[in-house]
Parts: sequence; structure tokens; C-alpha cells
Amino acid sequence: MLTREDVEKVAGLARLKLTEEEISEMADKLSQVISYVTVLDEVDVSNVEPMAHVADVANIFREDAVRESLPREAALDNAPKSDGKYFLVPQILENA
Amino acid sequence: MSISELTTAELQSGLQAGTFSAVELTQSYLDAISRREESVGAFLTVCGESALSQAAAVDARRQSGEQLGTLAGIPVALKDNICTAGTKTTCASRMLENFVPPYDAHIVTRLKAADAVLVGKTNLDEYAMGSSTENSALGKTRNPWDLQRTPGGSSGGSAASVAARLTPLSVGSDTGGSIRQPASFCGVVGMKPTYGRVSRYGLVAFASSLDQIGPFATDVTGAASLLEVLAGHDERDSTSVNRPVPEYSRSVEQPLEGLRVGVVQEHFAEGIDEEVASSIRAAIEVYRSLGAEIVDVALPHSKYGVAVYYLIASSEASSNLARYDGVHYGHRASEFENMVDMYAASRAEGFGDEVKRRIMLGVYALSEGYSDQYYLKALKVRRLIRNDFDAAFKNVDVIAGPTCPTPAFKIGELVDDPLQMYLADVYTISANLAGIPGISVPAGFSPAGLPIGLQLLAAPFEEEKLLRAARMFERETDFHTKVPQF
Amino acid sequence: MDYTTIIGLEVHVQLLTKSKIFCGCANLFNPDNPNVQTCPVCLGLPGSLPVMNRKAFQLSVKTGLALNCDIASFTKWDRKQYYYPDLPKAYQISQFDLPFSADGWVDIEVPSTGETRRVRLIRAHLEEDAGKNIHDESGRGADSRVDLNRTGTPLLEIVTQPDIRSAEEARIFLEDLRLMLRYLAVSDCEMQEGSLRCDANVNLHVEENGETIPTPIVEIKNLNSFRGVEAAIEHELKKQVKAWQTDPRRMGEVPKTTVGWDANRNATFEQRGKEEAADYRYFPDPDLCPVTITQEEVDEIRSTICELPGVRRTRYVSELGLTPYDAGVIVDQGAEFASYFDEVCVTCGDGKQAANWVTQDVQRELNERKLEIGEFPVSAPVLGAVLKKVVDGELTIKSGREVFATLLSDAGDGTRISAERIDAIIADKGLGKEQDTGKIDAVIQAVLDRNAAVAEDVRNGRMQAVGPLIGQVMRELKGADAKDVRQMILDKLQG
Ligand SMILES: [Mg+2]
Ligand SMILES: [Zn+2]
Repeated sequence: MLTREDVEKVAGLARLKLTEEEISEMADKLSQVISYVTVLDEVDVSNVEPMAHVADVANIFREDAVRESLPREAALDNAPKSDGKYFLVPQILENA
Repeated sequence: MSISELTTAELQSGLQAGTFSAVELTQSYLDAISRREESVGAFLTVCGESALSQAAAVDARRQSGEQLGTLAGIPVALKDNICTAGTKTTCASRMLENFVPPYDAHIVTRLKAADAVLVGKTNLDEYAMGSSTENSALGKTRNPWDLQRTPGGSSGGSAASVAARLTPLSVGSDTGGSIRQPASFCGVVGMKPTYGRVSRYGLVAFASSLDQIGPFATDVTGAASLLEVLAGHDERDSTSVNRPVPEYSRSVEQPLEGLRVGVVQEHFAEGIDEEVASSIRAAIEVYRSLGAEIVDVALPHSKYGVAVYYLIASSEASSNLARYDGVHYGHRASEFENMVDMYAASRAEGFGDEVKRRIMLGVYALSEGYSDQYYLKALKVRRLIRNDFDAAFKNVDVIAGPTCPTPAFKIGELVDDPLQMYLADVYTISANLAGIPGISVPAGFSPAGLPIGLQLLAAPFEEEKLLRAARMFERETDFHTKVPQF
Repeated sequence: MDYTTIIGLEVHVQLLTKSKIFCGCANLFNPDNPNVQTCPVCLGLPGSLPVMNRKAFQLSVKTGLALNCDIASFTKWDRKQYYYPDLPKAYQISQFDLPFSADGWVDIEVPSTGETRRVRLIRAHLEEDAGKNIHDESGRGADSRVDLNRTGTPLLEIVTQPDIRSAEEARIFLEDLRLMLRYLAVSDCEMQEGSLRCDANVNLHVEENGETIPTPIVEIKNLNSFRGVEAAIEHELKKQVKAWQTDPRRMGEVPKTTVGWDANRNATFEQRGKEEAADYRYFPDPDLCPVTITQEEVDEIRSTICELPGVRRTRYVSELGLTPYDAGVIVDQGAEFASYFDEVCVTCGDGKQAANWVTQDVQRELNERKLEIGEFPVSAPVLGAVLKKVVDGELTIKSGREVFATLLSDAGDGTRISAERIDAIIADKGLGKEQDTGKIDAVIQAVLDRNAAVAEDVRNGRMQAVGPLIGQVMRELKGADAKDVRQMILDKLQG
């Protein structure tokens, strides 16, 4: 079942900051669900193709035509932080 | 009888005959909202002013003899995970509490073209994840039949709005039963169309391969009229299917000759309330009395539906919800150490517990070393579930059964037991996994007076057949005419 | 120390479509106007959905074919998940296990060794580009800025086998690849604008005690000039050789490192380690449908591929008799220039003559006028017609040049000239080659009579004196061939 370490690793991948308490509870609740889904172990799926799409469609394209973009103001309207031209984010340390 | 208790068809003819104007009609629903919304809590946003001005525009155009759309002047409420340009679309989440989309969802464009009056945005489980609307971060919705009970979910607000006659029609989304289950709990008609029948463009994604928009109405004919407007091809949704939309509202009154109704015996076995089972058995007898042939069908893999569903839906959700990181829109934490911390803190503050649980489950199911065992395995069993339906629909036109194992449960009853809550979707989930259409129609009341829903399923793109079969039953019964008193 | 250099490249190429890969926003390099080429789709707004650009897919297949890849009859789109501010959905739509093309190759010529090397390609797949993060360089830790104009530009990722054996080969591979992609018109490959970018994976195979020992791989990210590619790999190789000599490590003993290249300091720098090991959690994108392609469709796309640089170079040498150098000069100018040359060549019937004119006269004028070949006022059929007269002996080379110059000055600001003008110019200026030997003879005689002293000098063997005599004859007889005149004068004086 899921350990605290598993939960911490998954939370890192999910970019979720969890409190100690949440980690324990998450380990608990996720373990329940994971143990429930092991019921799938009893299904024989050899020679079964995975089904990622229910709609049996392929080759859907749009033509290469330019459509009007949003005005910059609208693009930035919902941004938590912007200088009116760019989205702003805390400094990204790349070349440390 | 007040205007707001009329069916959609009656409203349409009243408007056409000039018995009342669209403004009067809209006003009467807005009055109902101001009287009862406080108890029900169906809405997150009510757009009274713009609704009245849309109604006035419809009246003016009717006056000048213009051709009007099929839902001209009819009030419609939208689940708040459907984007509306200039009007907040929150998904009932702190994350999107202040999000105002710069664009309309495809179905909003279609509703506007049909001259419907958009009354407001309804409550839901956060990001449509839940079966009781209790996971909303922004409001509490109560079941109009018993205010201590949940309306179901995730489209609880849309179902409650129609049940309480706050709007004659509403729109929801159904990923694992999120239209049919609350319809059943609230005693209204709710339908999930075939995957691809209605464009998802502008529906905030929960699980992209399962999500489908559909109608709520007080009766089957109303649902048919609304579906007729919602359905149709949209080039902006690659999974939207390009095939003509039948005139559902016209054909719905025609009974089906030689109808074959499939029954799954396992549906009546474990976990089902006896009061639900007896109502559904009675419903099947109604079909038999109408000359339908009742045929036993087997769906041997449906029992894996819940497991398959939670793996696939959570996997897709973990990816779809990754974009809420506090950079381009949505909530950003005010305190953080660096950028990575900013992401993690913003998401921790913006999402509620159930959303976090599903994201975690999804990330786990897709992660290196586990994806074959969980995600990929689920996709394979999903195909087996679909194969079962394909085989069954060779012998029957529709499959009839309960929508839910129980009537509406109490608020707070299952919040601490996510797995039990998930199991409430046991009958509805398979239709999403298989991509087939399903409908829930009122089929009785429990001794406590809580509605019970009959679910009918059909083969892909057989919405017309489904609606006609549902209407055959509705015509013989009066459950749909009952209005909750509170 | 005995070792082999092992280099593999990952090249990202932006495709030349009008609109982005999944939405209708313009696909334009526009760094001065940030965030004006976005829409709900490329902003990754809630509820928006992608739809594949047909042209982007076709250009990809065209490129895959030119790279000798197998084209898959079934391909699909996957989500590659990671967080970065320039990636608004927090996943990149890319291709994981079923790319549209695989198993190709490119042959390159390496001048320093005279060798032809085959660089095998593992795959080429289609994906969306991210936007651009602009970092504060003041060191004061101000916010980074994010521009999403580039987000959703169609991007082809081409991955080679580790078949490259030197920094020089890496540069040549990239140069050849760029030329090919430009011939295909699938990308403008402007490295400064980022439409061609390259990552290099570099390590050594050290031979020691009869054993081949691979050293840990270092990935150099985001190289954006040919010189940068060569210099960065050179630098990295030196570092790795030194590292082996001081502290030998095998592949696997230390994790793969990622470095950046600082062109100003001429040095690589280590990029900060990731928070956790990358786990992209690829899965099929449920918002997009798979693509199937038939052999007929592949053939149809194949038929749109023009003659590629390598083939062209060989043909110019073997069929037209050009020097490899001239062939290279023409081919390197690009498809349009080479096609211009081909047309001149066909019209005049003489490859060498055509090559001389095109690489000298035409190119000089293009440089002076700062024009592209497509804008050049003297079209290929017109130049070809002038050269045909030269080849047929109707016009001397000198007169041909005068016709060419007149055509150009007539053209003024670039009006296109038709072939009819040629005869008019020749008639006007009397440039037609004088064919009447009697008339030439008479003029020569008259000139010799007037310049008896000079003629005497020539007779006495002072050959440099013949020049002025030729000059006088030529002034009277514009269309005469100077060589013929010289011979006739000498015949008269010495014969
Ligand atoms: Mg890539
Ligand atoms: Zn866009």
C-alpha cells in the first residue's frame, strides 16, 4: 500500500504542497482506492487492445488558416501577476 | 398553477400564442429564484439583468415577426464548468473563483443562436468531481425534495434548479453519471448523450475521454428540445462527431414498435435498496404492458466499471488540472519560497480535498513503473466493457435499470468515505466508459418521498430511440409531474 | 589515451505554417510584441481544445520522407507532462511510442577526412513548441517574464543515432540538414530566431586494456548557432578527456548531466539539477484523434519533394561538368537560386557558361542590390536567351555583358524584363557579332594604313603593340570578336 514516501513523491510530481496530516490521510484514502482497484487483477486482458478513445474517429484536421488572436489585454486579463505585456513569475533559476 | 410549473413545450406554446411574454416568463422564474434559491442553493451566479434583456430582445424580435430559434425566450441554467464570455466560470473551485473566460463554450453559442435566455451558472462538485455537490468550495446545494439531503452530483445545481422549478431547463456535464445521478436524486429527466454528440469546446475538462454535456428538464420532451440545440458537430472539438442531428423534439412522441428492453439481473443483486429495486421492477412491467419484449442481457465486465473509471478519470484529470499553477490564470498563493513552491502552494490552496485526492491518484496511476498496472490495464478492461454493450445491443434496443442504488443520501453522510461515494456511481459509469447514451427518468418515490430514477441506455447515437423509449414510459406515469414543496 | 568521440543530436525545427499547430493564431516570430498571438487554445485556458493543423502534419511527413524515414501508417498524439511557465497546459502535446516517422538517415561529406558518413536517424516526431521565458539578468532576482507568442508553433524533433564522431561532423550535419529543410520549404531554419535549435549528447568510448568503456553522457542544451554547436562540443570533449585522465568514471556511475553553453565565455555551465527525476507520465491525448496515412497519400506527398541539395550537387558535377566548388556555390544558395541556374542552363544549353554567369554576374548584382533571386529583374529565361546567343556565337561575351548591363539599367527599380528587349538592345547598340569577314578585313586594312608605324612594330615582333590596333578596329566594328580580329591582324602583318 502507499507509504508516506510514496505520497510525498507523488505530491511532488503533482505539485501539491501537503501538510503532515494531509499526507497521512492521503496515504490512507489512496491506499483504500488502490486496494479496491486491484479487483482488475482478476480480468484476463491478454490480446485486448487498450481503448483510449471511444469515438472511432481518425484524421481530424483543421486547414492552415490564421484566425484572429485575442487582444493582449484579454490574454493577460486573468493572470495573477502581469506587467501589462508579460505574465510574471517568480524568478526561474536556470543557470545557478 | 404558476408559469414556472409548466413544461417546456407548454412554455413554448404560451410564448408563441402570446399568453405571456419572454420577459414575463423570465421574471416569473427570477421571482421563483428569489423566493426559493436561498433554501436550495442551486446557483453560483444569477444573471438576472442580462436574462431580462435577452428576454426583451426575444419579445421585440417576435413582435417584428422575425424567425426565432427553437428555445426562444426559454430560461436555461448552465453548470458552472461551462465557459461563458464575460461571466465568471468557477468550477466551484477556489482556484477559479475569479476566472472570467474571454470566450463562450460551443454550446453557449448554440443556445444563444437558439434564442434561449441564460439565467445563471449552477453549483457543482469542484471541477465536477463528486456525486453530491458537497465538494463545491463556493456553495451548498440542497435537494428540493428534502433539504437535509444532497441533490446528487456533480451537476447538483443544474438538477436542483429544474427540480425546484427555478428554471425549466438546465445544462450539466456527465463524466461518470454526473447528470443522470442528480436527475435521479432530484426527480427530473437528465440525459448523457453519446460521446462526441455534443461539443466539449468550452467545457472545463475533468476527464476528456468521458466528459459529455447534456440536458436536464422536467420531462422527456423538454430534454429532447434542449438536446436538439446542444448536439451537433463543432470543428473546434476533434472528438465531436460530424453526423446530422435528428429532430428529437418531433420524434419523441412516437412510441417504438416491437421495443426490446434489456434487463441486467446483476443490477438487482448486491447493494441496491429494496425500494429502488421495486420501483424499477415496476417500471419494467410498464414496458411489458406496452407490448415490449423483456430480454435478459449480461454485462459481465460492468462490475469493474468503478475501478476502471477511477483510474482513467483520475489519470486524465491529473493531466487536465496540471494547468492550474498560478501562472496564467487562477489562484496564486501569496507566500512562497521560489517558483516550484509557488506552484505547489497555489495548487494546495486552490484545490479542495477530493480534487487533490483524484490528482494524486491520477499521477500515481500514470507514473513510471505503475502505468502499465493501473492506467493501461484500465484502458483494456474499458474495451471489454464496451464489447459487452456492443454484444447486448445486438439483441435489445435499450437496457433498463436503476440509475442509482439508493435515493438521495443525507448531506455529510458519505463525505468521509470516498470509496462508498464512488460506488454510488456503479450503474452510471459504464455508459461513460463505453461512450454510449443514457437517460434517467423519474420512476417513483421512496416511502420517505424521495425520487427514484429509471436509467435507460442505448447504443451509440441512438439518442432518438432512447428519448422515444423514455417518453413511452413517462406517458404512462405521473412521477415527473410532481413538484417538491418546501 | 585511446578513445572515440560519440555524439548524438536532437534537433528541433519550427515548421513554416501560417497558423499554429492546434489553433488559428499566426505562426510568426514576433518577440517585440509579446502575448499578441494567443487564443484560448494556445493559452491553455480551461475548456479549450486542440485541433491538428493539416499542413503541419503534411510538412512533417514530407520532411520524414526526405530524411529517408519510414512513415508510420498509424500515429497518435501523447501528452508529455512537466511544469514550466512557458508551457501553459503543463503538458506538451508530442509523440511518444508511435511517432509518425522512424529509421531514417542523412549522408554527410566531411572535408577534413574526405569521408562520406551516414548519420542514422532514430525518429522524427511532431510536437508543439513552448513559449519563451525571459529571465531577469540584473541579479536582483526580479520576476521572470513569460511570452506565449511562440506557444503552439509546430515543431519537428529529429533524433539521430550516436553516429557523429567529431564536432566538425556535428556542424556539417546541421548545415546540411538546414540546407535540406530550406530546399523542402518546411522551415526557414533561422537559428538566431530559434526556428532551428539543437541539443547534443556527448561522451567518449575509451579503449583500455582491450575493453571499450563508455563515459557518462553530457547533454548540451539549446545550441543556437553552427559555431556554437562546434565550439560547445569541442569544449565538452576536452573536458571529458581531462575528466577521464584525472577521475575516470564509467557511464552509469554518475547521473547524466545537462549543461548550457555560454557563447560569450566560450564555456559550458551546469544546469541546476531537477527537483525530482523526470517522469513525464506520457499518455495518449484524449482531445486528439489518431492519424492514419495510406501509401497513396505518402506517395502524393513524396511527389512534392524537389531535387534535394546532395543529388543536385552530384548532378551538376557529373552531368553538367561543373567543378565541385561551383556546384557547391550554386546549391548552397538555396532551391530558388539553383532552380534559376537550372533554367538558365536549359535555355542556353551550356552548364559551364550558365554557372559562370550565375555565380559571378548574377550573384554580384544580387549582392549589390541586396535582392533575393526571386526579385531579380532579369529572369532565368531572359538571361538564358542572352547566353544562348553567346553560346551560338551570335554575341561575344563582352557584348553579352553589355546586353545584361543594359537590361539591368532598363529595369531600374526591378521591373521585369521580357526576352524581346534583347534583340532591340543588340540592334540599338550594334552589338550583333559582325559576321561579314570582307567588311572586317576592310576596316583592319584601313586601321593598319593609318597606323603604319605601329604596324611595323608588330611586324618586328613587338606584340604588345597589337592591342591598340585591335582597339581601333573594335571601335569601328562593335560586334566583332576581339580574338578573331587579333588573329586577322596578325595574319595580315605576319602572313
Ligand atoms: Mg521534444
Ligand atoms: Zn492560439
